Amino acid sequence: MPGSQPAVRRDVAGWLLIGWAAFLLLPWYKLESGFFAFDWLVRRGDGSPAAVLAFGAAPWLAPLVVPLLVATLLCARRHMRGVGVVAALGLVWLTAQGFAIIHSGWGYGWLASLSGAPGPKQPALGWGATAYCVALLMLVATELADRGYCKGDRFIVGSLLFVIAGMVLFVAYPLIAILLSAVQDNDGHFAPALFAAKVTNANIWSLRCLAGNGACGSAWNTVALAILVGVLCTALALPLALIALRTRVRAAWLLRSLSILPIITPPFVIGLALILLFGRAGIVTNFLSAHFDIPRSRWLYGMPGIAIAQVLAFTPIAFLVIAGVLQGVSPSVEEASSTLRASRWRTFRTVTWPLIRPGLASAFLIGFIESMADFANPLVLGGNFNVLSTDIFFAVVGAAHDQGRAAVLAIVLLAFTIAAFLAQRHWVGKRSFVTLSGKGDGGLPAPLPRGLRYGCYAVATPWLVLTIVVYVIILAGGFVQSIGRDNTPTLEYFLTAFSVEKGVNGWFLSGSAWPSLLTTIGLALVAMPLTAALGILTAWLLDRQRFRGRTLFEFLAMMSFAIPGTVVGISYILAFNVPPVQLTGTGLIIVISFVFRNMPVAIRAGLANLAQIDRSLDEASLTLRARSFATFRRAILPLLKPALVTAMIYSFVRAVTAVSAVIFLATGRFNLATVYIVGRADVGEYGIAIVYAAVMIVVMMAVLVGIQWLVGERRLGRRRAVADTGALPA
Amino acid sequence: MNDTPQAAANEPAVRFEAVTKRYGDVVAVDAVSFDIAPATLVTLLGPSGCGKTTTLRLVAGLEQASDGRILIGGADVTHLSAAERDVSMVFQSYALFPHMTVIENVSYGLRSMGIRKAQAAEQAAQKLALVGLAGYENRQPSELSGGQQQRVAVARAIVLEPKVLLFDEPLSNLDAKLRRRVREEIRELQQSLALTVVYVTHDQEEALAVSDRIIVMNAARIVQDGTPHALYNEPNSRFIADFMGDANVLDAVVGARHGDLADVQVGPLRTAIRHRGFAGTRAAIALRPHSLRLAEGRRPDMLGGTVRKRTYLGDHVEYHVTLDEPRAELFVSAPATAALIPEGAAVAVTFDPAEAILIGE
Repeated sequence: MPGSQPAVRRDVAGWLLIGWAAFLLLPWYKLESGFFAFDWLVRRGDGSPAAVLAFGAAPWLAPLVVPLLVATLLCARRHMRGVGVVAALGLVWLTAQGFAIIHSGWGYGWLASLSGAPGPKQPALGWGATAYCVALLMLVATELADRGYCKGDRFIVGSLLFVIAGMVLFVAYPLIAILLSAVQDNDGHFAPALFAAKVTNANIWSLRCLAGNGACGSAWNTVALAILVGVLCTALALPLALIALRTRVRAAWLLRSLSILPIITPPFVIGLALILLFGRAGIVTNFLSAHFDIPRSRWLYGMPGIAIAQVLAFTPIAFLVIAGVLQGVSPSVEEASSTLRASRWRTFRTVTWPLIRPGLASAFLIGFIESMADFANPLVLGGNFNVLSTDIFFAVVGAAHDQGRAAVLAIVLLAFTIAAFLAQRHWVGKRSFVTLSGKGDGGLPAPLPRGLRYGCYAVATPWLVLTIVVYVIILAGGFVQSIGRDNTPTLEYFLTAFSVEKGVNGWFLSGSAWPSLLTTIGLALVAMPLTAALGILTAWLLDRQRFRGRTLFEFLAMMSFAIPGTVVGISYILAFNVPPVQLTGTGLIIVISFVFRNMPVAIRAGLANLAQIDRSLDEASLTLRARSFATFRRAILPLLKPALVTAMIYSFVRAVTAVSAVIFLATGRFNLATVYIVGRADVGEYGIAIVYAAVMIVVMMAVLVGIQWLVGERRLGRRRAVADTGALPA
Repeated sequence: MNDTPQAAANEPAVRFEAVTKRYGDVVAVDAVSFDIAPATLVTLLGPSGCGKTTTLRLVAGLEQASDGRILIGGADVTHLSAAERDVSMVFQSYALFPHMTVIENVSYGLRSMGIRKAQAAEQAAQKLALVGLAGYENRQPSELSGGQQQRVAVARAIVLEPKVLLFDEPLSNLDAKLRRRVREEIRELQQSLALTVVYVTHDQEEALAVSDRIIVMNAARIVQDGTPHALYNEPNSRFIADFMGDANVLDAVVGARHGDLADVQVGPLRTAIRHRGFAGTRAAIALRPHSLRLAEGRRPDMLGGTVRKRTYLGDHVEYHVTLDEPRAELFVSAPATAALIPEGAAVAVTFDPAEAILIGE
């Protein structure tokens, strides 16, 4: 508050100092040799700070000193109003000049025609510019807080602005880049007619396969496949959930393994295993051909194969959704029904079923979204069956290299997944009747009617058997010569991939898989704490703070979940290949894609955990003179440890197993395990691919189990949240 | 106990100047103004949803006022956050940090202020002793009973010696026997330390028992503000009369005034009641359940009715009586020594006019 500031505010002074350092000392532009080579300290020139460049090569950087000067003056006069305004203006100028002047001259056609000259050039922004931006952003936050935004809390406003800036830069801006790229021709001119032609292209929307003459468009293929997979996943997941929670089996192991498997299994691995089973030379195919004279065929390649692979891969996810809803059905309502003379079947039909119906819709939509976003299985099993995600990949990677087409396909795919995401939020958001009262209600869940129970077993067993066979193939397949044909055990593939040899300079990793494995684990380890920190912070902001635009913020944060990996990949290429923000080819962009792809998982873990922590704990801390940052750190974060661990594990494992986004971003220097495996499988080296996949699954399993064992299921006494009594004002 | 040593005795500890709190279109607190004198215990009382908890949270800084000014100890704190106000709060759920021991909980505020650990623990231990929990320092909150948790919450709140101590329904999670004891302890602590306390409850008996002053709220506004005695005996509205002691309220017409008294007509009954300065004609009278007497039979110039229901409670008997004129349901508490009247019997209802309270509409 003005009036109560005896000295220069330390936070403002600190950010100003960082801003000045960024402007005067740090290299402004991105360095070819990388910042951490530190050769910019000795070799000036391209490593110059903005202050030097402004007098020579880049006079348009000169105005950037104004916000720093004005803010410093205001600060020295203890007059805080206006600091944020000039900082905001500085950011606007920085953005404007960044887009107006790029590596190839003027960034906009109209600027070139206005000036008539080719225009000045500048490389991408570097660490100096980054630090300058952060400092200015925090000055804006200070002023917003002083004006009473978020109850005047600087930490909250600061972190909010930071998270929003991150999402704008790494979620929204790439999507905008896709849109722009889609409506431009390859020379960068606005071409709506071309866009219209591309969007309505027959390759996307054709329905010829229905008439029997030719292939259908990839959009219809994708939708049909997604609906099929969504229905099958739900149909399989419901019996599984009923078996796990409503029969004597009540298998904890079933629940646990089903919840772990889909996370640790790279998605395409299922596709690989299916090829080894049912491909032209697969085990089952060989057997059938040898004993029953059933001719070999390529039936697996195309919709059937993709559908089977995706159903195997995504049913566990649908299972978790339905099991969650089923657990939410209080046993006491089922008991109430049976005390009202309802038979088991009637209880199920009139009580249990209506209560879990929203869960089924949700499971279907999740299967639908996952199928649409899946990239690796169609890549491995697609054959001539085109879906949007692989089409996008081939549009930029193949000979065509048509970024505009890729952008259009990405927009179509995005429209589908976001529509499904909105529908899912709509259903689950209402959460209808399934509510956990928080009161411990005892009672036993009603047993299933007998017919239904046998029906469940009949549906679930074949799926379980197939799943087990698939995992056996994956784990064992790499250790035989050629599975199915020549089952002689061999370590050949394993040694090729993972051998360690003793050379002149001591031991070294000579296996072909080591570089990609180490790169992957290294980048995933870097991304892990960042994802968890950002996710938990976002969850805390969402759950505990009220501010204008909160709904929009939440929507943006969770929406990145609905953006398919391929779309992320193509959007990152389009957005970050050229200045002002040029990141392609670096490890940083891979880390960033990990962070923003996996943030929703961390947010969910955080939100779930925060819901168990009574809000009055925050308030008690606040009234005890702990400001929001201290409250977060001392009172809430220790209680969020479970969520923090969950977020870390999941973000690590998901980063390691991800394919779709990073296949666009991986380079020779930063090759990734999954990309390497897909590459091996693509050229038919199944042995190495399978052995690598098996190693990854085992390593991931070890990581998961190890961390869970370390953390344990520690409970903090009885932490009854007396949630709905005192937390909210009466 | 209004003998505060400070020179600021004339300075209210808390002052609300037309404070309003809106959530969207909903007004939770509507232009509320009051002063709270130092070293007094003031209760905010009202039915649920009346805005009393929001008012308390506005004092704490857990909610920010939409309009108006809030002063604590003479300084404007309207725009200060909770952490910047010299106020502590005891929460309904106690809100003890489950991951900290008792002593860590109590010293939390001191540590927030930057006081070193050993010193903070020493001061915290003193406060724990003050609430009778010496020796419990290293327990986990979950190992304590509800009453002990409540005391830890109190110790944690007073450790910073705040200008104002806030209680949000502190007894609601305790069983009935413990409530009476804990409220007496809170009152003793407040008086011995000369604390300024703002106390929220919806229980009028609790409010009468602990308060120096009670502010009754309803529908986001203050309806009446006064000592427990004044509120009970001089209610200014039907709402207060009903809320502060289950009074039966009957429509009445006021006639001529003679000195302190006014002629009042209630149904067939004519009587004279203290008018308390009321000047209109249409009014109501409030009658406490225990000030009504029942006698079997009917009298034309008295209130008459029928016993609907009788409940025998040992030390007294409760009757529900349907009155003929004016049409009303009466709740009567009769001493057990009086003769029992059967259900369905016609009764004459009488009262001592000195115990009836005239209320303007």
